[in-house]
Amino acid sequence: MAFQIFAYILHKDGAVDDTAGEMVAAAKKIDPAASITAIVVGSKIDSVCNSLTASFKEVWKIDNDALSYPNSEVIRGLLAGIIPKGNILLVPHDHFGMDLSPGLSVKLDGAYLPDAIDFDGVDGGKLKAVRQEFSGQVSTHVLCDISGGAVITTRPGSFAAEAGAAGGSVVDKTADALAGGMPGGKRRFVEVIEAEMGDVDITKSDILVSIGRGIGEQENIEITEELAKAMGGDLSCSRPIIDAKWLEKSRQVGTSGKTVKPKVYMALGISGSFQHLGGIKGSPFMVAINKNPNAPIFQIADIGIVEDLLEFVPVLTEKINESK
Amino acid sequence: MDILVCIKRVPDTAENEISVNSSGSDIERDDLVYSVNEWDNYAVEEAIQIRDKVGGSVTVVAVGDSESEDVLRREMAMGADKGILLSDDAFEGSDGKGLATILKAEIAKGKYDLILTGAQADDGAGQVGGMLAAMLDLPFASLVNLIEASDDKKIKIGREIAGGQQEISEIDLPCVLSIQTGINEPRYVGIRGIRKVASVEIPVRGASDLGLNQDSIGAAAAKVSRVDYFTPVLGKGAEILEGSIDEKVDKLVELLKSKGGIK
Ligand SMILES: Cc1cc2nc3c(=O)[nH]c(=O)nc-3n(C[C@H](O)[C@H](O)[C@H](O)COP(=O)(O)OP(=O)(O)OC[C@H]3O[C@@H](n4cnc5c(N)ncnc54)[C@H](O)[C@@H]3O)c2cc1C
Ligand SMILES: Cc1cc2nc3c(=O)[nH]c(=O)nc-3n(C[C@H](O)[C@H](O)[C@H](O)COP(=O)(O)OP(=O)(O)OC[C@H]3O[C@@H](n4cnc5c(N)ncnc54)[C@H](O)[C@@H]3O)c2cc1C
Repeated sequence: MAFQIFAYILHKDGAVDDTAGEMVAAAKKIDPAASITAIVVGSKIDSVCNSLTASFKEVWKIDNDALSYPNSEVIRGLLAGIIPKGNILLVPHDHFGMDLSPGLSVKLDGAYLPDAIDFDGVDGGKLKAVRQEFSGQVSTHVLCDISGGAVITTRPGSFAAEAGAAGGSVVDKTADALAGGMPGGKRRFVEVIEAEMGDVDITKSDILVSIGRGIGEQENIEITEELAKAMGGDLSCSRPIIDAKWLEKSRQVGTSGKTVKPKVYMALGISGSFQHLGGIKGSPFMVAINKNPNAPIFQIADIGIVEDLLEFVPVLTEKINESK
Repeated sequence: MDILVCIKRVPDTAENEISVNSSGSDIERDDLVYSVNEWDNYAVEEAIQIRDKVGGSVTVVAVGDSESEDVLRREMAMGADKGILLSDDAFEGSDGKGLATILKAEIAKGKYDLILTGAQADDGAGQVGGMLAAMLDLPFASLVNLIEASDDKKIKIGREIAGGQQEISEIDLPCVLSIQTGINEPRYVGIRGIRKVASVEIPVRGASDLGLNQDSIGAAAAKVSRVDYFTPVLGKGAEILEGSIDEKVDKLVELLKSKGGIK
């Protein structure tokens, strides 16, 4: 095929993110014969680049002290200067990818395909992809015209990581990228503020009773606290509960909250968005209680109960207390 | 500070169960309740709070058909000063870029210090804000969960990044920011508030008013298009417990005991 595939590599403290291998797999679903070029931006990244030569044919390095923190306003300008138009760039769909990519697609004059979870090959210049809408309640097939190039973000965790064509080499693109000076000066990074510690550390809990928007009202939280107590677990939640300020931020499970690894996870009135599920690791025994039989959470959970949680939970708590 | 907020009318997922229609051409739209995109409501609240602090104005703009007037009025009832509807048959079938192109044309006619969008809408795309910034050659930041407007040249912002961390930056004005939920607590709008703005005129602009032609907007210019909808199959699927509430509870207590779910 007439295009090249680039993959933007996320890395932190010298370690390559899992999404690197996922993009290798994603690229192969776009074009099985693709030779994939990794792009690494940062400061003192030689070891990161070298480790990537195992899975990428070519690794482009942009290494400069001023790039130690990934400011997407800066990186967008650098990439727009070195990625030839008409090609495909894959970027993980996380807080950085969402910041970088839509604008980059404009700068590269290409299509923008956000948050793809699967690909089904290219036909007549059009890439067929799968996306989700309404927090995963429905999926869609979309066609993306890639004849003029495209920036595509891929959902972390959606592609099974793969090692690519080994034996690649590192190409230093720093001088090319910086030929026009350091871009992006209008947004200046200041600092990262760490998350606040809360009264409980849900990352250490074996049993989590987790509540979502389906709880309806703040007063209803009490019945779930009683369930958590009966089970000997802790209360956690999805993001809307935090947005409403009904629980402390430290109890939020998900990509922008905590990553938890309990043995048992009770999802009450949680629909199962990928940002929520992204915070649950270690394959717990998962029970979902939701009044919508089509809620995506039922596809992930081990046990599903289609009920109004407000009716079901008090009965459950009572039975557990009786059985002790 | 003169602030523009882009708002989208979407099915309200808190009120509806979204499912695929029988032919797979769309979601089932009968009986859907629509409202303003959740993220946009936070953006409007933020704009109002900034205006109330430093002065200026808040304008809300929507691309859509005449029904989008309702969401514009709702946000005006919250406190936005002005609403603009961009509506034309020629806009139909626009992809994210087409949409950003339409909004850009309107923005270019005014003078705004700050342009806000939601972090994402019902498609979960999160594309319009970043595209708009690139088209306008303005600085951009996504997932903003803090704004401190101190002077009229630059502001301090926080972005929500992984694991509850917050990235603090300084950004020059004018700029485009996409707003994350939780940045504030949007005020409640009652029926009375909406009645108050019921007769305020909302200007409607079409493609020719904005100097747009089919090269950059509408279905013909769209590089991304939907083929069909289907119900996702993600995992193996849960075992669904059947029976009365009592029967389900009994079964569940048994399962939880065996899995270490009761201490
Ligand atoms: C960048 C970004 C980061 C994000 N990070 C996170 C994150 O870290 N964590 C997170 O959780 N979300 C996160 N989100 C938000 C995420 O996209 C979803 O909006 C959110 O997870 C939805 O929460 P929910 O499932 O509680 O609500 P909804 O999706 O509204 O689901 C509510 C569910 O409750 C059910 N229900 C309603 N009433 C009842 C009842 N009486 N009994 C039983 N069931 C009932 C409904 O059927 C529905 O399935 C993030 C979003 C973005 C854009
Ligand atoms: C892959 C894909 C395929 C699509 N295919 C089609 C198609 O074939 N036919 C079709 O008709 N539509 C299609 N759409 C939907 C249409 O293009 C959307 O209206 C457009 O993508 C922008 O909405 P969004 O939900 O993607 O916005 P996002 O970028 O997720 O929304 C972010 C913010 O942009 C602003 N915004 C978004 N839409 C509007 C609006 N209408 N008015 C004012 N502000 C707005 C809001 O502030 C919103 O919070 C498609 C969308 C995607 C992602």
